[in-house]
Amino acid sequence: MLNKISIKSVLISGAVALTLAGQAHAYEPARSIECIAPANPGGGWDFTCRSVGKVLVDQKYIKGNVQTVNMSGAGGGVAFAHTVSKRSTDDNLIVAASTATTTRLAQGQFPGLNASQVKWVGTLGADYGVIAVGKNSKYTSLTQMMDALKKNPGAVKFAGGSASGGWDHLKVLIAAKEAHVTNLPKIRYLAFSGGSEALVQVVGGHIDAFTGDISEVKGFMESGDLRVLAVMSEKRLPAPFNNIPTAKEQGIDAIAPNWRGFYVPGKADPASYAWWVKTMDELYKTQEWKDIMVKNGLMPFHKSGAEFTAFVNKQTADINTLSKEIGLIR
Amino acid sequence: METMTLLMHGFAVALTPESVMFAIIGAILGTLIGALPGLGPANGVAILIPLAFSLGLSATSSLILLTSVYAGAMYGGRISSILLNIPGDEPAMMTCLDGYPMALKGKAAEALAISAIASFIGSFIATVGLVILAPILAKFALKFGPSEYFALFVLAFATLGGVTGKNQFKTIMAAALGLMIATVGIDLSTGVQRYTFNMLELFEGVDFIIAIVGLFAISELFFFIERHAGDGLKQVAINKLKLTAADIIRVLPASVRGGILGFVAGVLPGAGASLGSFISYSLEKKISDKGEFGKGDSRGVAAPESGNNGAASGALVPMLTLGVPGSGTTAVLLAMLISLNISPGPMLFQQNADLVWGVIAAMFVGNLVLLLLNIPMIGIFVKLLSIPPKYLMPVVTLIASVGIYAVSHSAIDLYFMVAFGVLGYILRKVDIPLVPVILGMLLGPEMEKNLRHALVLSDGDWSVLFNSGLSITLWAISILGLVLPMIIGPIIRSKMSKSKEA
Repeated sequence: MLNKISIKSVLISGAVALTLAGQAHAYEPARSIECIAPANPGGGWDFTCRSVGKVLVDQKYIKGNVQTVNMSGAGGGVAFAHTVSKRSTDDNLIVAASTATTTRLAQGQFPGLNASQVKWVGTLGADYGVIAVGKNSKYTSLTQMMDALKKNPGAVKFAGGSASGGWDHLKVLIAAKEAHVTNLPKIRYLAFSGGSEALVQVVGGHIDAFTGDISEVKGFMESGDLRVLAVMSEKRLPAPFNNIPTAKEQGIDAIAPNWRGFYVPGKADPASYAWWVKTMDELYKTQEWKDIMVKNGLMPFHKSGAEFTAFVNKQTADINTLSKEIGLIR
Repeated sequence: METMTLLMHGFAVALTPESVMFAIIGAILGTLIGALPGLGPANGVAILIPLAFSLGLSATSSLILLTSVYAGAMYGGRISSILLNIPGDEPAMMTCLDGYPMALKGKAAEALAISAIASFIGSFIATVGLVILAPILAKFALKFGPSEYFALFVLAFATLGGVTGKNQFKTIMAAALGLMIATVGIDLSTGVQRYTFNMLELFEGVDFIIAIVGLFAISELFFFIERHAGDGLKQVAINKLKLTAADIIRVLPASVRGGILGFVAGVLPGAGASLGSFISYSLEKKISDKGEFGKGDSRGVAAPESGNNGAASGALVPMLTLGVPGSGTTAVLLAMLISLNISPGPMLFQQNADLVWGVIAAMFVGNLVLLLLNIPMIGIFVKLLSIPPKYLMPVVTLIASVGIYAVSHSAIDLYFMVAFGVLGYILRKVDIPLVPVILGMLLGPEMEKNLRHALVLSDGDWSVLFNSGLSITLWAISILGLVLPMIIGPIIRSKMSKSKEA
């Protein structure tokens, strides 16, 4: 009994000390902070948490350690709901996010939740969308392919690694919309459970075209089995991807970055939010992070704070409009 | 030759201290699990998956650990067959026939040693087979479009019962149950929610791993509680080992034949290890001189052991190259791969060459470790066999629960695990096999997806399902796989039970 009481009182005094520290004006992160990766180990979000966590510790932004917690479910929805309902004032929590998060928010796939319930910190890079075909395909440019779609929206069948209405599907629609293809719901999209599965089908000649991210096509592009028609970035990507024309060059102003970044709880202390924004800005410039980006095929893409929040809101609104147009949501 | 280079790379991965350590741990745990009557390789791997997750192991390390457990369990199954006349798992049943009589004659140590050597030879031959066959099949896999994949999944379901399955109707019921559970979640092809009741936890469907741990590990706990199995089991005493080179040479041909037959049986979907050990034993009995089969012939120990270990490695071929498991245990391994975001199939050999070849090389290493463990240290395993299950089962349950919680940090997953445990208990009570449930869960969504894709590509024309030579071949094998067991199955089963009684 005595033991229990003493442990409890230690805990309480510890909590009080933490609260006092929290009230101090300038925010100091706790010794140990938590990063939620809303998926199982091994995926993109898990990578975001672990790699950023390592740099945060190596560069001495965090004195203790960054604990990665995997919380899978509903494509990030379980973690989002957890952050909103149970951790809304936690100053020592960051959550990994990407375009998949905004897509699901825009389509109302997290019931009762929306983008304004959390604070968007920033992005630390992106993977750009590509549209590619097998080496024996009759299409050699994106313009050609879009012209074929204009005549008959079912002329080209696309394979991608996300569900129907997911980001890979949306990329095709974004490009088609910019190219003035009408009757978007008639475009055929075949959903696979991963980019690599979809790729094999395209390389094997079973399906016409692949929609995915640049990091997914590297292997088959180098082996010559795959012809990348366009990358959906603002300008050409650095080598070895500098031979791929952008969609923009081909007269189709479609940009599709799959960004990697973070949000923090909605009621987190403004001082802590400011600290995270500043830290992500600085971290993005470190050599260590640049090396990680090169090693993992991440392309430059950095937005933070208010600029990032505006970007998220615009992306969410765009996806919402597009999803309504194709009849995915009402 | 490219294969050799890749394999050498694999050995570089497999011989790192970390990999060797996991291979040894896996081999020890696997042998122990295999030796305990009732706990087969599928259960063993199911129990240890959460452990791999909660330790935060890399994909390569997890897979090395679990394939070693798999191989170890195949080795371990023979121990209780020989000493107790109770097979540790189903494939070890044939080992009882000559193993137990040998033990009764005071040659328990020899039987254990010979079976360990035979297991080694069987595994070794099959792993070599895997090295040769897998890359060929992986290249071939590019020819598989949606309609061919659909036919392949039909084949997997058609051969589910296998030749040794008892009741085809119950197998179909179990598979249907798995298919039903698999429909829960957001449908990939339309984005529509099915049976999610607006619960966020159900959006991605029911996690295979939770179902597997619940069905296999937790239901096992209920059985132990029911049986009040408190005490260890009585066994034949072990003599001092007197093994001569002549003894080994005598069983060598039997082991080699058993390994090859076992590998072939393992590669065929649905056949599996039980068939591997059965045909190896029958063949040996037929082609060798009269001998003393059934009364303690050492060749009768070697052949089925080498056969079932060969089949175990053979079953990895379709799992790794096509993503279609050839046995219950490989189905469990497949579920783990998917959970680690690694999709098996031809891309696995391209994108995760380090992992695949590392694991294959680790199988050679693990096999050697198992041989070394199983001859000099056999006494320790035999002692472990006498640990009362009342100490063992709580540990198993604890590992399972902690592991499941560590993966998702969600208490709901624990409720699901217990619910699946209850379901598993009920199913086993009424003799409905569990493996088809898992296969239904794993393969159902894939089959649905491929059917839909095939139809989208053909603009709704059903004849697309039969329009290539490959898919017609697969359909033909499916029909054979469905019909043959009904004719041959009863004959083989009666032979199996006859030879067991004899």
